[in-house]
Amino acid sequence: MATRLKEVDAVMVGMGWTGAIMARELTKAGLNVVGLERGQDRIPGNDFMLPNLRDELRYAARLELMQDNSIDTLTFRNAPDEFALPIRRFGAFLPGEGVGGSGNHWGGLHWRFLPTDFRIRSVLAERYGASAIPDDMTITDWPVTYDELEPYYDRFDKLCGVSGKAGNLRGQIMDGGNVFEGPRSDEYPNKPLKSSAGALLMAEAAKSLGYHPFPIPVSNSSAPYTNPEGVTLGGCQYCGFCNRTACEANAKASSVVTLMPVLRADPKFELRTRAFVSRLVYDKAARRVTGVVYTDLRNGEEYEQPAGIVVLSAYVFGNTQFMLLAGIGEPYDRATGKGVVGKNYAYQFEAGAAAFFEDRQLNSYMGAPGQLVCIDDFNGENFDHGGLGFFGGGYFAGGSGGSPPIYGRATPHGTPRWGSEWKQATVKWYNHFVRFNTQGSVYANRDNYLDLDPTYRDALGRPLIRLTYNATDNDHKMSRYLLEKLEGIIRAMNPTSYEMHPRPKNFTIVPYQSTHNTGGTMMGSDPKSSVVNRYLQAWDAHNLFIQGASVFPQQHGYNPTGTVGALSYWSAQAIINQYVKNPGPLVHA
Amino acid sequence: MAGDTIPRRGFLVGVGLAGTAAAAGVAASSPASAEVPAPNQSSATEGAAAPGNREPEPLLALNEAEHAFIVAAVDTIIPADDLSPSGSECGVATFIDRQLASAWGGGAKMYRSGPFLRGKPEQGYQLALTPREFFLAGIAATNDWTRKTYGKDFDRLPASERIAALTALEEGKADLGHVSARQFFNALLTITMEGFFADPIYGGNRNMASWKMLGFPGLPATYANVIDQYRDKPYTAAPQSIADFS
Repeated sequence: MATRLKEVDAVMVGMGWTGAIMARELTKAGLNVVGLERGQDRIPGNDFMLPNLRDELRYAARLELMQDNSIDTLTFRNAPDEFALPIRRFGAFLPGEGVGGSGNHWGGLHWRFLPTDFRIRSVLAERYGASAIPDDMTITDWPVTYDELEPYYDRFDKLCGVSGKAGNLRGQIMDGGNVFEGPRSDEYPNKPLKSSAGALLMAEAAKSLGYHPFPIPVSNSSAPYTNPEGVTLGGCQYCGFCNRTACEANAKASSVVTLMPVLRADPKFELRTRAFVSRLVYDKAARRVTGVVYTDLRNGEEYEQPAGIVVLSAYVFGNTQFMLLAGIGEPYDRATGKGVVGKNYAYQFEAGAAAFFEDRQLNSYMGAPGQLVCIDDFNGENFDHGGLGFFGGGYFAGGSGGSPPIYGRATPHGTPRWGSEWKQATVKWYNHFVRFNTQGSVYANRDNYLDLDPTYRDALGRPLIRLTYNATDNDHKMSRYLLEKLEGIIRAMNPTSYEMHPRPKNFTIVPYQSTHNTGGTMMGSDPKSSVVNRYLQAWDAHNLFIQGASVFPQQHGYNPTGTVGALSYWSAQAIINQYVKNPGPLVHA
Repeated sequence: MAGDTIPRRGFLVGVGLAGTAAAAGVAASSPASAEVPAPNQSSATEGAAAPGNREPEPLLALNEAEHAFIVAAVDTIIPADDLSPSGSECGVATFIDRQLASAWGGGAKMYRSGPFLRGKPEQGYQLALTPREFFLAGIAATNDWTRKTYGKDFDRLPASERIAALTALEEGKADLGHVSARQFFNALLTITMEGFFADPIYGGNRNMASWKMLGFPGLPATYANVIDQYRDKPYTAAPQSIADFS
């Protein structure tokens, strides 16, 4: 029997980016907030320090900051008629664990979606005719517009101290920035990082072909910066190690750097780590969640934490699992297409390339992985899809540096993988290659979804989430098109040799591709086709607010975190200004 | 085979059997080589002071036959040449032994509930075995196969046959019975590269040999002050390990 604790105003299930944003906004509004986190606490001054942070084996290979599969994982299959098997150790994607979540180890690439992305179904219908959208492509318009979200994008930019260069400042197109972006109300808080030698080569080539290169926006402060919370971030040290680990300079933004110092000092906030939430307590008749039940992993005791407001701020899979287990909202049924929970799972379709430059000295170990130049000419509806046979797109990024040697080596195709010849090629090319990536969209498909696995269970005995996903023909065609255009840029860079890396036909759970999982608790404008409304409030439980990329209706051609943060600020604003004063549905179905 | 009764560790350090060791192609890989630092020297920058004749590192996970296999394998994957000493001289066999004895080797953070089914390659690793158990199974199966094919355990083969044997594993042409040759080879290759390129604090990459070979400076505090100056220009700095800052 769970011990019932004293009710609090709000409880957060998960203390990564969105848990911290929400906790900060709600405590500021006077609410008492408890943050539950099943992983460990992570404190930059203790846990993210030199010299131990510069340990590629510990962080990049042994995945120090990632979720522990032994207590919770998910199962995977490519198609509904296959038997799903558990992901025994993560590969294709790497969700984080502990305070800060995946925000501790992300690369920091910080984007906004395009204004047209938010109305994608309507825009495609207007431009190409509604019948051009394939029946199995279950994309929808977002229930919120770019203009509505813009002030919240801006807040999140300023929290993180994003480094970049505006391309559209209040409607004025600015050279050197992304001329395709939606209008920004303000310039980036920090100047772009210094571009790597490889990135500059790409910029020059892209320009010569008439494209619009710009430095990638990244939550990696190019100079010391004090955010609106009064927290000071350091400047990027260009150390080369930031992939899959944290930042001792506090230059890379995460919730533990930007928000937790303020929350820790706030008596209205209480953090409980090693608190593994097992379920939501759902009062179906009242259409409310009365609280959450968790197991304290330090003593094995079960507690019930009643709360006026429950915020689901776990990762994509956890959010969806809580909803399915509690029976809130109708589960998606792939056979009939009915139901919503678990629907429109999407991923990021990334394919890349490498180019080798005998005569360039590119110092691969130096610099941040975010020191990239990119072009956005082939993203979303930035280009005409007429006659192409696919929808969607993505940005291209390229650069050198940020490549420590376990994972950061590259040799031209055909080089042996071992022996003296391998060694010679490794030495010859280590400081002489540029890497490229295309950040492709994944437009939702009726065959790609999440549900509860009938066989495998987690450490608390709960059914695992089952992921059914494969890359669609649409997304393969999109990706091939992007690679073709990227190849043109690479040729114009005049490399000694290069190679393109298209994705295999089937999605595979290894090797690493992207941690950009989205969907499962999608937002929308009515309860028949979505799990949460435009304020991220569950249609079937008015005091439950779901955060993070699980609310995305589909995934666009950008890293998701910028939009995740903006949506949390937007949702928090609605809770404070509307919900707290008058608890109940904020949108009437 | 009489050779199989010879204690492998003595065999490998060449005690009284230097001729045999040379015939087996491992003499160049001997950890007794003067360039290799003593086991307890924390900083590889002191490598030049290493004494000539020392005991090998104590083993934590592997038995002597398994260790001999790993030494032979890492020396085939990373042979001694002008660019670096051999894999075992760089401590890669020690690294692998310690990794297999670590929490990772014991299957930490790994989902290990059944049922265990074969699945598709797209579904990734699906065995009940921990990395340590998997490596031991792979070593035993490879030795069974080399005995059948060449009449000897893998570590007793001359260099050319070791290369042929590993190539057969890599290409999936060796029939290892219940162990997938490709899967074992890939795991072996991955952990060998990890040991060769990781920070020396884990026992591999002794003397920061791979970092020197690549021109990788190891741990900088910062490059913020040199990133512009050395854009497209060679930058040299003596490498530093975590141990150098600790």
